[in-house]
Amino acid sequence: MSDVALALGGATFDGLVKIEELAHGMITLRGDLTDKAIVAAVKDVFGVTLPGTRETAFAGSTGALWMSPDEALLLCPYDEAQTKADDLAAKLADAHALVVNVSDARAVFQLKGRMLREVIAKLAPVDMSPDAFTPGMVRRTRMAQVAAAFWMDDASTARVVCFRSVAAYMFGILSTSADDAAAVNHFAG
Amino acid sequence: MLLITCPYCGVAAEETELHGGGEAHLKRFGPDSSDDDFTGYLFHRENPKGVHFERWRHVNGCGKWFHAARCTNTLEVFGTYSAQTTEPPKDILDTIRAKRPGFKWRDIA
Repeated sequence: MSDVALALGGATFDGLVKIEELAHGMITLRGDLTDKAIVAAVKDVFGVTLPGTRETAFAGSTGALWMSPDEALLLCPYDEAQTKADDLAAKLADAHALVVNVSDARAVFQLKGRMLREVIAKLAPVDMSPDAFTPGMVRRTRMAQVAAAFWMDDASTARVVCFRSVAAYMFGILSTSADDAAAVNHFAG
Repeated sequence: MLLITCPYCGVAAEETELHGGGEAHLKRFGPDSSDDDFTGYLFHRENPKGVHFERWRHVNGCGKWFHAARCTNTLEVFGTYSAQTTEPPKDILDTIRAKRPGFKWRDIA
């Protein structure tokens, strides 16, 4: 296995939230997400049932994110991604589906801290109030000027995915939004 | 600000998350069509002050194309519906007829 070459070499920032670039295995699956053969194959390889609209499903280190009615992003540890992608592609050889390992085409940032709702709300046109956005949901949207997707693992942890080519921009806007001098304290708790 | 609900992912998306795709329900005229039909297909667009049917794409989101019926004057959105149709569904037309009695858009009234 070749060395992991992250877009920003695992950049970190400490402010309102702790931001850290992660190595992440990501596999794009395109196909009818309600197709029984596809659901069964994903369950077999990733151990999760494909989630419903705008939901996430996790089983330990693997998971699945709903991206659109015919697209899911499957998550796993970075060094297992190619094996799992090959495995899933083989299982879906007869199905109308496409499986691609996109781990090196994306960048992932983890946000940790109780201010993460505010950090995200400043960048994305999404209602981040605790009533509207909860752990278990995923949202594809834009953050400032670039496309992104994010979800919350728990009340104080979120992960943001963007294209690798805009990783530096994403890290920059997240760091600015999370600057200690930029607190708004909009969301209580 | 325009808030349009994407019929595929259910998000009430804000305008900057979407991309407008122009007038909906155009009938394509290609090779072998008359010059008048081709000109109409290529250039002649409705530009109403009021009820309008448009194509939109949830570009910073699920990426799907869909249709929206809205009022260009008040920015009221009457409803959104699947891209896989050549005419507005009946429930959307009923909503518009109730809110804008006597509206006319091309040959829809």
